[in-house]
Amino acid sequence: MKKESFDWILNELPYADPFLFVDEILRVDEEGAEGSYRFKSDSDFYRGHFKNNPVTPGVLLTECCAQIGLVSLGIFLFGKETKLKTLSIGMSSSQMDYLLPVFPGERVRVVSELVYFRFQKLKCQVKMYNENDKLVCKGILAGMIGVANE
Amino acid sequence: MQDEEKYQKLKDIIKIYLPEDVAITDIEKDSHLMNNLNINSANLVDIVLDVEDAFDIRLENDDMDQMQTVNDAMAIIDAKLKEK
Repeated sequence: MKKESFDWILNELPYADPFLFVDEILRVDEEGAEGSYRFKSDSDFYRGHFKNNPVTPGVLLTECCAQIGLVSLGIFLFGKETKLKTLSIGMSSSQMDYLLPVFPGERVRVVSELVYFRFQKLKCQVKMYNENDKLVCKGILAGMIGVANE
Repeated sequence: MQDEEKYQKLKDIIKIYLPEDVAITDIEKDSHLMNNLNINSANLVDIVLDVEDAFDIRLENDDMDQMQTVNDAMAIIDAKLKEK
């Protein structure tokens, strides 16, 4: 099972329920990452977004893209050579286009492509697809990923 | 390339990343990029990458650490251009 080899990345992700938006990492290499997540239909935020018309908020689509496409990739790129105990991360910019709604219970797949990773700044192009392989959103995300000096 | 030309080129890069509360005229040679010009670390990386392209040089982590002020940046650019 190839996907098992990426479980260590899931364990290193600095998120937990209710703000973990990664179910599995399907592929990671030097060029980018791919992973999936199913938005739980009983999530609390659907009660308010929108009233009587639950749709996944765009900010959470962006967050999902960032956790899979940016942070998981960053952990992979860093983790090969560094102990990750002191990993610190922060999103520095996001520029997204949203094309289709994602409804409660839908599973999405995120694919990211590395633009650059230099001086601890990681910049990626990200794309999110729904279960019918239709593009849901796309954009460019960047963040700082650092490891404190021992 | 003359110093003044280099300085202008560097200023043209820096001004793209200035936050809204800092004016282009605030850029002085002894301005501290982060403390005086309020440039954050993510945008500092953008400046370094743009400097690399504009001057056709390559900066390393040490250069990044030393690049505190506009003058520091000028000195690093000079040193890298001489190495070429």
